[in-house]
Amino acid sequence: MNNSERVPVYLDYAATTPADPRVAEKMMACLTMDGDFGNPASRSHVFGWKADDSVKEARGHVAALINADPREIVWTSGATESDNLAIKGVAHFYKKKGKHIITCKTEHKAVLDTCRQLEREGYEVTYLEVENSGFIDMKVLEDAIRDDTILISIMHVNNETGVIQDIAAIGELARSKGVIFHCDAAQSAGKVEIDLEKMKVDLMSFSAHKIYGPKGIGALYVRRKPRIRIEAQMHGGGHERGMRSGTLAVHQIVGMGEAFRVAKEELAVESERLLALRERLLAGFSDMEEIYINGDLSHHVPGLLNISFNFVEGESLIMALKDIAVSSGSACTSASLEPSYVLRALGREDELAHSSIRFSLGRFTTEADVDYTIELVRKKVDKLRELSPLWEMYKDGVDLSKVQWAAH
Amino acid sequence: MAYSDKVMDHYENPRNVGSFDKDDNAVGTGMVGAPACGDVMKLQIKVSDEGVIEDAKFKTYGCGSAIASSSLLTEWVKGKTLQQASEIKNTELAEELALPPVKIHCSVLAEDAIKAAIEDYNSKGATAVDAPEKVADAS
Repeated sequence: MNNSERVPVYLDYAATTPADPRVAEKMMACLTMDGDFGNPASRSHVFGWKADDSVKEARGHVAALINADPREIVWTSGATESDNLAIKGVAHFYKKKGKHIITCKTEHKAVLDTCRQLEREGYEVTYLEVENSGFIDMKVLEDAIRDDTILISIMHVNNETGVIQDIAAIGELARSKGVIFHCDAAQSAGKVEIDLEKMKVDLMSFSAHKIYGPKGIGALYVRRKPRIRIEAQMHGGGHERGMRSGTLAVHQIVGMGEAFRVAKEELAVESERLLALRERLLAGFSDMEEIYINGDLSHHVPGLLNISFNFVEGESLIMALKDIAVSSGSACTSASLEPSYVLRALGREDELAHSSIRFSLGRFTTEADVDYTIELVRKKVDKLRELSPLWEMYKDGVDLSKVQWAAH
Repeated sequence: MAYSDKVMDHYENPRNVGSFDKDDNAVGTGMVGAPACGDVMKLQIKVSDEGVIEDAKFKTYGCGSAIASSSLLTEWVKGKTLQQASEIKNTELAEELALPPVKIHCSVLAEDAIKAAIEDYNSKGATAVDAPEKVADAS
């Protein structure tokens, strides 16, 4: 069973990624006295000028990956801040135009909780349902748009299921209705192509640490043509064209720039390699009984696979899989005992949502890692099913949906 | 989440996994919990004519703490009278396994399971062979 070089095997790249060594090297050159440590806002000496050049270069790399103008990139502390800045920024700036926002039930908490805050401030928010595949029905979205709708916020790739939303179509619709469109692209940048010359996205959130950059840095794309205005949420020295004040963290920014440069260079080859690995993983499970794939694989990021192993509880499976690092759609590990709201929104029953595992593969995943995972998962699922009264009932032909359970 | 050594031990080497024939009059079956909540425990006891629990088996769908709670419970009830077994408290299980506060409900479920099993056994003695199951009757 020890055919993998590294145990535990890391298969949680959708949670975070290690920094690429090329990224780490660039960052280390921006910290010490003999490095590029200056404040890019210092106009009076070479230390500041050099730091400013480094930031400019990084801004160019980020813009290049998404085919945008470098002047449209605003540095933030991460995708959560970008989501907050975009949504609150638009809501506050355009509040005279209207107070209605549209988002979706499967969004990340950074979007949902920001919308909840705006509801407390008197805004009205529509939370769209998704189809069982994970996609938004364009007709449902169109019907939700009102005269006072100012913003649509829909993510590009879902963090739990990996489903890619058709943001080009959403952008066309939003533009035709005169509604601003924000998109959280934390899970898609560097994994699927993003062309903001073509896609009518007005605001887009990015994170560095999902694509082999450091944690603590992200960016918000703010379109210039047509010009989108946002109200700053962080006030101070007027950095980033007044949209986000605070001394620029040069080492973080340089790291994000390098991560985005490498991502652009390797996107095509890496996508193909990850897709092959995911297919290998899925093939390894395909003859197992009672497994369900969460999210439609036809429009999907290559490196992610979310599967429910019916009749096995997710947290105990994760415990059994301690030699691989994966995550569960069951939130039993946190204080709440609720199953994933994303899988629930896809119409999954609670028990299947409780039984789900998200495998996310990445740049350093090998075939040996995948083979090791397949063998381990099969062995542990079998063991836990032997222990499961539900599996026993299923095998005895009992229809579990007709059993009257004593909920607790 | 960090599990105690005792939880890990019961989880990795669960004791008394299996099933008895639920229609056997000497067997009491307790099935508690619900799949939607993420835990289902089935606990079965085999009772001697003298009212002593000779053997116990379990199957559990749930987290590691739920599996450990039911596994430990099967160890504890063996050799006890029905009366003694019915007096086992969830707090004793939780303490033995050092369950964190968010996992206390697993020990509560185990206590419910032994009570349900005893009730099922008693109902068989009181009525005919085909006494209805209390909690999870497939209808």
